[in-house]
Order: sequence, then structure tokens, then C-alpha cells
Amino acid sequence: MRARMVFLLVAALGLTAVLAGCGGSSKSSNSTTNSTSAGAAGGTFLSVAKGAPSGSPDPQINYTLQEWQLLIFSHDGLVAFKRVGGTEGTKLVPDLATSIPTPTDGGKTYKFTIRKGIKFSNGKELKPSDVKYTFVRLFKIGQSPNAGSWYNVIEGGDACVKTPATCNLDKGIVVDDANNTVTFHLTRGDPEFLDKIAVPFAFILPTGTPNKEVQIPPPGTGPYKWVEYNPNKEMKLVRNPYFKVWSKDAQPAGNPDVIVQKFGLSGEAQVTQVENGQADWMFDTPPADRLSEMSTKYASQVYVNPLTAVYYFAFNVRVPPFNNLKARQGVNFATDRNALVKIYGGPKLAVPTCQILPPSFPGYQAYCPYTKNPGSGKWTAPDMAKAQQLINASGTKGAVVKVNTDTTDVNKAFGLYFVGLLNKLGYKAQLQALSPDIQYPYCQNSKNKIQFCYSSWYQDYPAASDFLNVLLGCDSFVPNSNASPNIAEFCNKPIQGQMNAALQQGITDPTGANTKWAAVDKAVTDQAPWVSMFNPKYVNFVSKRVKGFQFSPQWYFLIDQASVK
Amino acid sequence: MTVFEPEAEIATLDTEEVGGEVVGRSPWELAGRRFLRNKLAIAAGVLFVLIIAVSLAAPLYAKHVADTDPFVSNLSGTFTQNGKTIQVIQQGGGKLGLGETPVGPTWHAKYFLGADSQGRDVAARVLYGGRASLLIGIGSAVLASLLAVVFALIAGFFGGWTDNLLSRLMDLIWAFPVYLLAISLATVLLTAPNGLKIGFVHVSPGSLWIPLVIIGIVYVPYIFRPIRGQVLSLREREFVESAIAQGASNRRLVFSEILPNVAPTVIVLMPLIIATTILTEAALSYLSIGVQAPQASWGTIVEDGQGLLYTRPWVAIAPGIMIVLTVLALNVLGDGLRDALDPRSKLRTKG
Repeated sequence: MRARMVFLLVAALGLTAVLAGCGGSSKSSNSTTNSTSAGAAGGTFLSVAKGAPSGSPDPQINYTLQEWQLLIFSHDGLVAFKRVGGTEGTKLVPDLATSIPTPTDGGKTYKFTIRKGIKFSNGKELKPSDVKYTFVRLFKIGQSPNAGSWYNVIEGGDACVKTPATCNLDKGIVVDDANNTVTFHLTRGDPEFLDKIAVPFAFILPTGTPNKEVQIPPPGTGPYKWVEYNPNKEMKLVRNPYFKVWSKDAQPAGNPDVIVQKFGLSGEAQVTQVENGQADWMFDTPPADRLSEMSTKYASQVYVNPLTAVYYFAFNVRVPPFNNLKARQGVNFATDRNALVKIYGGPKLAVPTCQILPPSFPGYQAYCPYTKNPGSGKWTAPDMAKAQQLINASGTKGAVVKVNTDTTDVNKAFGLYFVGLLNKLGYKAQLQALSPDIQYPYCQNSKNKIQFCYSSWYQDYPAASDFLNVLLGCDSFVPNSNASPNIAEFCNKPIQGQMNAALQQGITDPTGANTKWAAVDKAVTDQAPWVSMFNPKYVNFVSKRVKGFQFSPQWYFLIDQASVK
Repeated sequence: MTVFEPEAEIATLDTEEVGGEVVGRSPWELAGRRFLRNKLAIAAGVLFVLIIAVSLAAPLYAKHVADTDPFVSNLSGTFTQNGKTIQVIQQGGGKLGLGETPVGPTWHAKYFLGADSQGRDVAARVLYGGRASLLIGIGSAVLASLLAVVFALIAGFFGGWTDNLLSRLMDLIWAFPVYLLAISLATVLLTAPNGLKIGFVHVSPGSLWIPLVIIGIVYVPYIFRPIRGQVLSLREREFVESAIAQGASNRRLVFSEILPNVAPTVIVLMPLIIATTILTEAALSYLSIGVQAPQASWGTIVEDGQGLLYTRPWVAIAPGIMIVLTVLALNVLGDGLRDALDPRSKLRTKG
């Protein structure tokens, strides 16, 4: 998820978002993953945010971290990411299903057995037919953002995308209510299918949920239920009286009795409320000029966690001057990633990088050729001499370059940095700062012939292809489309071949596939379709009374596992 | 107790004895004399000229005093003060060391007012910002005045459907709240990725001409209306009718009879319009739809400083002070000019 999520959803997060599954969170030098048992049940957890989650409240449409963080404890999927902090939080565990099935038929068939006795918050018992109803609804509502890219692999999915009204998935999902089983038939092996059904788009809803956008999340099977969703005021969840724990790993009981998120407070006001104990947690990233104060006076309430995300500027490899490999490599060598880290908030909040995959991610192996004294895999300093040599050899000096970014403070500052750098390298650079609402689609559309564009990407789920194939695969470049995440328009046939081989191997041998992905990461980095800047960290600021803070790589702060009693 | 004797005062201003002969003075001489007696207005004029002068000296300050390029990021830079090497951007303190803070005011040549979040010298940027703010403020006021005077002369002199057409056009512009109209135009023109193309004219997205023209246009009706009223009135005056009777051409009537009589009104309005356009420019730039980065204006610097209000308030305060001083000087100057040029204000010269 990037701009899709990042600036819809995580736009709210301001600077950052997702985590890196690197061993939990690190608050100053301490672990921030406190035990859940540190707190007691009861009380009201009050959080504050600038505004409501972007887009629809419908769980099959919403694509924001802000809502997903709450949906995970009101709803369940067949499988789930383990609900704990640290790297364990990236592991899939069975949730509504009794176990995680081994795919058969070359990775094309998954047969799940559904647990018995689980009830929705409206009192209805969960049945296998609800599973099919949920996936049919996902297509029928017609607005689910990933219906056509993630779930169309289900047999009949493509037809459902084309004509949602007549969608039935009769071949793709076979239900047996008598034996409590659900069988998925896919059109091809998909090593990430289980990841995709563990996110809120695929959380199971009761049969009869309207096949149109709803204005409050419908009943789910989790320990909480939604009782209010007013985008001008607040979201509110209370305990689901029908919930009983069936798997502590997948869906543990929550601690607070009531969870509320109020809207309409600026970042400054959010910090002040948390400092004063008027709120328990601020959703948005704290303003930069309050960090020092928080760091000094409220250090015990601050948690800093690495994210599996990357901030980058994409070159357009099909448009001059950056259709020239030496020019791209030259800019990479010249980039002072420490300066960019400073703009973001300093070395405690971001780590310089040269490659595509973030640390502690499947397939990650540290690699940085664009630094002084390369070899260690880490970026240390820019190499201006090498940069100038490459750019001179490229013959691209003097070219006009538009540096495209959005108008938010930090991102505009990145753009300004590159305008200065490119001018220094001999280009004629100018800033093109567009509204955050249009900047990402603008950069994606090849009609606009962007040259150098800011973007960022946060994991949807822990799989190397979610970065490499989604952002730099040949199929991810869709000419003249606003939905073409391959901004660089990069398509290298031999590298694509490596990606396809890794995807195929991932169906049966995920570990072996990750070795292949590491090679892909290196090969792509050598082609320099981006200037990868840094991997960000996330700052959580909680009130004094919050105990049991846990940070999941997948879901960030596990709100329901904290205690306010 | 001083007794004010208006007739005697007017007589003193209007005439002078030269070699025993009483010589009359032109209205412009009279206005000059009245203005020179207004010490506050002179002080305001001096202050305004001083602000222009220091703004024009921005490149000299940046090169020879601050030794910096205020348009280029200096995030990893250092400077020396009292033998100590100081980081321009400093890592946050406390137990966690979060955040990066630009250096605060040093009150020395380098980083006199500190640095902004890009590590650029705030003092140098404030001076450069003055150049852009004053250029746009004065330029748009001149543009608005020129257009307004031309339209008002045409509408007031020819009357009839010409007057109706131009007056309704001005009413149309006037009907929009000025900031709303300016913001709408600026949003469309400045965010157009490839700038503005009208025929062979191409204005790049970051050009200062865009805010200058936008602000100039939105203030045309505010000058047009009083001038048009004056032209309508002058058109019926005896000296104009006398000129018509003598066979004067329309051109002569407009340029020799009417224009000189509306000029004082324009001059009186000018400082007040400049003050208003400077404020408008600051507002637009603050909203990121005026002067575009990396260029600076006082409005953009206030915007830059907004995120640093808690730790480095001078980044926002310094351009704020410059805006206040400039607008104050222009308003006082405008009052002084009005007192000097408006014949009906003669009785106020003493007061």
C-alpha cells in the first residue's frame, strides 16, 4: 500500500506508516512490546485524530490504516496475522478456520474447515455460506479497491469484476455447510493468497449484509462491535456480548470496555491532550517541533518502531534524461540520504537505504552500491566524484528536470532538496509541487511524462513481491492509467523472469523463493529506477495510564491489547 | 490657547510674496508643502523606502555578510561561531533524541535570525522575501490602478452601453469575495503542472507573474468604482464643457482635462492598495498558492515557520514583523498623501 493507503490512510499518519517486522518495537533502547498482562480489563480507551479515515467506512472498501487498526478486533478472516508485537506479528495463524490448509492442485485449491460455535455481534452463528457471501459482496459492491488485483484470482473473479451485479463465484468458492468447509478454487497458484485473505477486505460478514456501501462496519465476530461512526465526530466500539475467545493468537480478548476515536484535533492539540492525560493515544504523527519536548519530558510515553516501508523518488526510465542508466546511478551516488533523514525527523526516525526491500522483510539482504566505500551494504555518505563522473559520461547535463512532489511540508522539503542537488549536478531542475490529492495519480499516469517523482510504499502484507513486483514489475506499468503503481515505468524482461520464477517457487517453497527475491532486489537496485531514500520509523505517543503497549509489524499499535485501567 | 484661522492658513499656503508681488502656487506645489509638514507621513515614507532598500540589498547581504545561498538546502551544513563549529540542523535532545531542530538566532552575521527547516539563513530569506513581496505588492497595485483608470476613463467619459458593460464586468468581479477569487485563480493557475499557456505566452508554474497578475486583477474594481464616479462628475464640469465648446477632441478631453484631475485620487489610493496587495500576496503565499518554492516571500517564510513555532518562533515572527511594518508605513503614508492631495482636506491640514 502506498499512496493508495499511504496517503489516504496514512496521509493521516502524516509522515509515516507501517512497521518493519524487526523484532518488535524499540523505544529508546528498551523494548516497547510490553506484556498484555501488564494491564487490566475495563475502562474507556480514548484516542484522538485529525479526521475520520479517508473514504468509505465499509470494511470491504476502506483502505486506511486508521480504520484497519480498529477492524482487526471487530472482525475476523479465515486466517489472521498473529495478534502480538514484534516479528511474530507477521506470522499467519488460523482464525475462523480451524487450521491453515496446504494448497493442492499446484497451489490452486485451498480447503478450509470453519470453526463451530462462533457468533456475529448480532447473535447469528457463523456458517461457511457467510464466507462465500462475503467474497461475492466484495465484488458486488463494485468499489473494493483490490477486487480486480488481489481477489480476481478466485475462479469467476474476473467475470465478477466485469459484471458485479451477476457475480456468483459458484466455481471459485464451494461451500459445504453440513461439513463446515469452504473450498477456494483459484485460476492460478498465488503464493500470497493467504496474506490477501487475512486483511479487512476479506473479513467475514454475515449473510444479508447489504450488497452496497454501508456507513458503519456491519456486525463481525471479534470482541468488539461498532456502535458509532460519525466522520465529523468520532468512532466508537463496545464489547461484543457474543464473543468468546477461540484462538488467543488470532483474536484475543481486548482490555478496554469501550474504544473511542475522536476527530477534529490538530497534531499540536493531540500532543497536548495526550500530555495532559485527556486522551490515551494520538493517531497522527506528532508535529516535528514537539518531538524534542516529548523526547525530554515524556520519554516513557513515547514508542518508536521501525516500519516495513520505503520512501523514494522514482525516475521515469523511459523519458530523458533519466532513460539513461548512468544519469540515474549518478544521482543515486550524489544523494545525501542523511540530509533526507534529517528532513524526516532525524536518525532516530529513519534509516538511510539504497535498495527496494525494507530491512527485516522477506527477501531482504542489505545492499547499497550507491555510497562512498560500498561493500558493507549500508549507506554511509554520498560520493560526489563518482556522481559527477557518471553524469558527465551520460551526456545528460543541462537537461531540464521537473522534480514532482506534493505540497505537504516534509514531502515538499524532499523535493526542494533534490532541486538543489540536481542543479548542483548540472541539470536545470524545478519543483513541481502538486496537491496530495492528485500528485500520486498524476505521477502514475504515463501521459504526464513525469521525470522524477516522490512516492512511498508501505507493506500490505509481508511478501517481497508486494514491493518488487507491485512497484517495479512489467504488469504493474499500465500506460495512460492513473492506477499504475510502477511510476518508474520500469520493465526489465530478464528481471521480470526472475520475479516470475520467485513467485512460482513461493507457492511451495517460500523460504527458497526469498533467496530469489533477494537477487531480484539487487538486480533492480543496480538498474536504479529509484533513489531509495530511507526506511521510516513510527512514533506512538500514549498517555501515562496506557499499559501493555504492543506494536505489530502488520497492524501497528494493537489498541485493544493495551490497558487503561 | 491657539485659535485656528482657516482662511489665514489657506492664504499662507496658496500664495507667496516674491519681490513684493504675490505669486500663486500650483496645486501640486501646495500638496508638496502640505505633505512636508506632516512629519508622521514623512517618517512612514522613509521607513517604506528603507524597507525597499534593505530588500534590494538582499544579494549583498547573502553574499558578503551571511555568506550563504538562501535558496539551497543546507541540511548537513555547519558554520563557525566564536571558534566553535555548529551544526545548522541539530539533533533533538532528551532521552530519545527525537526530531531535528534548526539552529536558532545567533545574532551574529551568520544565521542572524537562525535557520529554517531546510537549513537556510532566515535573515537572508526575509530580505529576499521582501523583494518578492514588494515586487508583487507594488506591481499588482500598479497593474490594478492602470487597468482601473483606463476602464474608468472609458466608462465614465463615454457613458451609455460602454459604461454599463464595463461597470457590470467590474460588479461581477466585485461580487466575489476578494480572497476567494484570488485563491480560486491561483489554485488553477499555479497548480497547473505545465504552467499557463495563452497563445505564444507561456508562464512557468513558479513565475512571480502569476500571483502579480491575479492580485492585480482582483483589485481592479476597488479602484475603478471611485475613479469612474469622479470621471462622471468631471465630465459635466464647466471647464470640460468649455473645452468641448472649443472643439477639443475626445483624446484631449480625457488626457488633458479629466486625467489630471483624477490623478490625485489614484496617488492617494496607491499606498493603501499596495498595503492591501502585500497582505493578499502574503496570504496566498502562506497558503502555498502565491510565490512558489524555492523562491521566498514573507508569506512563504511565515508558512515555513509555522511548523517551527514551538521551537524556532523567529522563523515566522521575522517576516511577520516586516509585513506589519510595511503595511503600517504604507497606511500612514497614504493618510499623509490624502491629507496633502485632497482639496477638501484643507481644513484638516492644521489638525
